[in-house]
Amino acid sequence: MGSGHRATFKNPVVNWIDERLPIFTLMQKEYGTFPTPKNFNYFWSFGGIAMTMLILMIVTGIFLAMHYTPHASMAFGSVEHIMRDVNWGWMLRYLHMNGASFFFIAVYIHIFRGMYYGSYKKPRELLWILGVIIFLLMMATAFMGYTLPWSQMGGWAATVITNLFSAIPVVGDSIVALLWGGFSVDNPTLNRFFALHYLMPFVIFAVVFIHVWALHISGSNNPLGIDVKGPQDTLPFNPYYTIKDTFGLAVFMLAYVAVTFFFPNMLSHPDHYVQYDPMVTPAHIVPEWYFLPFYAILRAITFDIGIPFTDIVFIPAKLGGVIAMFGSIALLLVLPWLDTHPVRSARFRPLYRQFLLLLVASVVVLGYVGAQLPEGIWVILGQVCTAYYFGFFLIILPILSRKEVAKPLPHSINEAVLKEQSLKAEASV
Amino acid sequence: MVRTRFLLSAAFAVMIAGSQAFAAQSEPQVLGGTPEQAEPAAMEKEAAPAESAAAEIPHEAAAPAAAAEHGAEAGGAASHSGGHSVIAEQSWSFDGIFGTYDRAALQRGFQVYKEVCSACHSMSRLAYRNLADLGYTEAEIKAIAADVSITDGPNDEGEMFDRPGRPSDHFRAPYVNIQAAKYANNGAFPPDLSLIAKARHGGADYIYAILTGYEEPPANRELLPGQYWNKAMNGNVLAMPAPLNAGQVAYGDGTDQSVDQYARDVAQFLTWAAEPHMEVRKRTGVKVFLFLLVFTGVLYAAKRKVWSKVH
Ligand code: HEC
Ligand code: HEM
Repeated sequence: MGSGHRATFKNPVVNWIDERLPIFTLMQKEYGTFPTPKNFNYFWSFGGIAMTMLILMIVTGIFLAMHYTPHASMAFGSVEHIMRDVNWGWMLRYLHMNGASFFFIAVYIHIFRGMYYGSYKKPRELLWILGVIIFLLMMATAFMGYTLPWSQMGGWAATVITNLFSAIPVVGDSIVALLWGGFSVDNPTLNRFFALHYLMPFVIFAVVFIHVWALHISGSNNPLGIDVKGPQDTLPFNPYYTIKDTFGLAVFMLAYVAVTFFFPNMLSHPDHYVQYDPMVTPAHIVPEWYFLPFYAILRAITFDIGIPFTDIVFIPAKLGGVIAMFGSIALLLVLPWLDTHPVRSARFRPLYRQFLLLLVASVVVLGYVGAQLPEGIWVILGQVCTAYYFGFFLIILPILSRKEVAKPLPHSINEAVLKEQSLKAEASV
Repeated sequence: MVRTRFLLSAAFAVMIAGSQAFAAQSEPQVLGGTPEQAEPAAMEKEAAPAESAAAEIPHEAAAPAAAAEHGAEAGGAASHSGGHSVIAEQSWSFDGIFGTYDRAALQRGFQVYKEVCSACHSMSRLAYRNLADLGYTEAEIKAIAADVSITDGPNDEGEMFDRPGRPSDHFRAPYVNIQAAKYANNGAFPPDLSLIAKARHGGADYIYAILTGYEEPPANRELLPGQYWNKAMNGNVLAMPAPLNAGQVAYGDGTDQSVDQYARDVAQFLTWAAEPHMEVRKRTGVKVFLFLLVFTGVLYAAKRKVWSKVH
């Protein structure tokens, strides 16, 4: 950053500051003139949307924390106090509650974009891995946030999820005791979850900064997945993408506002409005919707793994489920090395495209299965989709990497854009 | 370029105008501030002491023999598995994005709560002052509160004492603790009703269905004393005796005094109690949404303009 080329500015105050601390030069380079492929579609708006949601969560969260009490006997009441007595408290809380859901919607679309257009491939592997780390941190943050109102669903979800760690051999029980701060989910658990829930978004913010830094080293991918060849392929970020992304953001916000103000509890559960009672287990404990696919993978492993026809068990079902669940995310980390096909964009890889869309379908089905009681058809469906999930990454991708014949790629972004424009012009004549 | 500038400044103008309209409609309140009347201490009272009754996990009312033991604990949203529950969708004045509460129905609903349900159910998250939302005057609220005797203290001599209620007091609970509530109700705990409309699938429809869902049990089912057959309840067995009878509450406004009407009114009252800011929420939502829609339109035009040079 520091010593490179510096821009000059007309405004003397700006210039004075920039000579001493070149932040204006930096902003102009990274967000003003930054050369950006000219063929982005609206999938490229979701990184900025996720960033906006992160900031929105931090701002609403800080105001909520001013009125929230992290104590087992007062937390539920303090949330109701926010809902009833704090000015605009209901709005802060509903914005934060639904904001988490919309943050996940944005990031899921963002991840899908990366997979569809091969944004994880060379030279963007680190950028992708940083993204997966952000995703993991978001999951931890959202999970702990959900326990803070100390509701039946929040408290019991915390019990179920923290208990998973007890499946880890040798150290499992110590990890659980550390998470709980005792021998059950209780006041110390709530205290540490609150402290961490406040901290983690700032860690996410820092990782996002590095993520975007890495993006600005490699430059953006684009829907064609081919490299930028020269200035004719790009446009300056401002005004082209500042305006396009702001428009995309506004459309996203319309959906967010509609849910927050008109159906604020649509994505919530009635048991989230009952105070946590460790003596009363709800009939059906379900996590928040954005965790459901992973929850379904966890529950898909209903069998011990060992030597058939003997009593020897290497991996008991519970541990197997935990491994599968964490493994399903760990696979994303190594995705750049599972799919080594030289062509990035699914537009030119018809087979990859179909298998990827099938993966999306099976994740959606897993999400549905995760919300059902683990009985009958749901168990089998969950297992089939889980098998496909792992098969996609571990079998299909390595085979496709070697065997799939891609369609011919255009020579440059500019050429493809011009061709598309002339086709459109012809069609409109 | 000039047109582009113009559109961008139009976008900003809309944004600023919108934020001012928004600020103007809100009373002079600070985001996140607390109104003078709220008493932070009172909100913590909600009593749900951890009950060490191991028998309560989980709460399966399907087997008649077990049911009397299983009160709905501190509102435990229940898991009466088994029988079928029938909850029909009703039409309410508060439905939809422009829906509002019907003040007369809320007042009648409060009357039903006060004269019937409050014998067994607390509503500790509400204070008498909140009744101003239902359209009661300050004098009326003072009178309603003063009708109730509240235990306060300790005084300078260290004694607890009774005094008439004030608007800032929270609704007085019928029982001093969960044990007393269970003892008086055959072992079942009547849950606090402040949030019940949000704590059950179906909300107002559910409450209405429960209150009007009492029936004779089928011939092959025998109920224990303290159990009642209700077609809306999950599992069909409920420990609450049918609370409403026609003519039981004397309405002052000539409204029909039927069980059906009482149930509708109290269901609406409980919906308000669970979501007292629903009307402001929807009104704000409409404004925010419309503003954002216009803003989005302007952005779209600006985007088209900027990109026209490329396409
Ligand atoms: C005689 C005491 C009594 C009265 C009066 C009474 N209830 Fe109940 N109520 C109970 C008890 C006990 C339960 C717990 C039932 C159970 O868990 O099976 C209960 C449970 C409920 C439930 C929760 C059902 C569920 O899903 O768990 C609702 C809603 C309810 N009452 C509403 C009302 C309303 C509204 C009124 C006034 C019209 C009222 N009750 C009057 C004793 C009473
Ligand atoms: C807090 C969450 C996140 C924020 C705020 C964020 C932010 C951003 C931003 C602003 C961009 C540039 C705009 C764009 O191309 O869309 C970007 C690019 C990218 N992000 Fe993220 N991101 C987040 C999470 C993730 C996750 C979870 C992944 C993957 C698992 C990921 C993978 C990528 C990749 C690969 C790019 C480069 C895209 C390309 O050029 O094709 N990001 N991110």
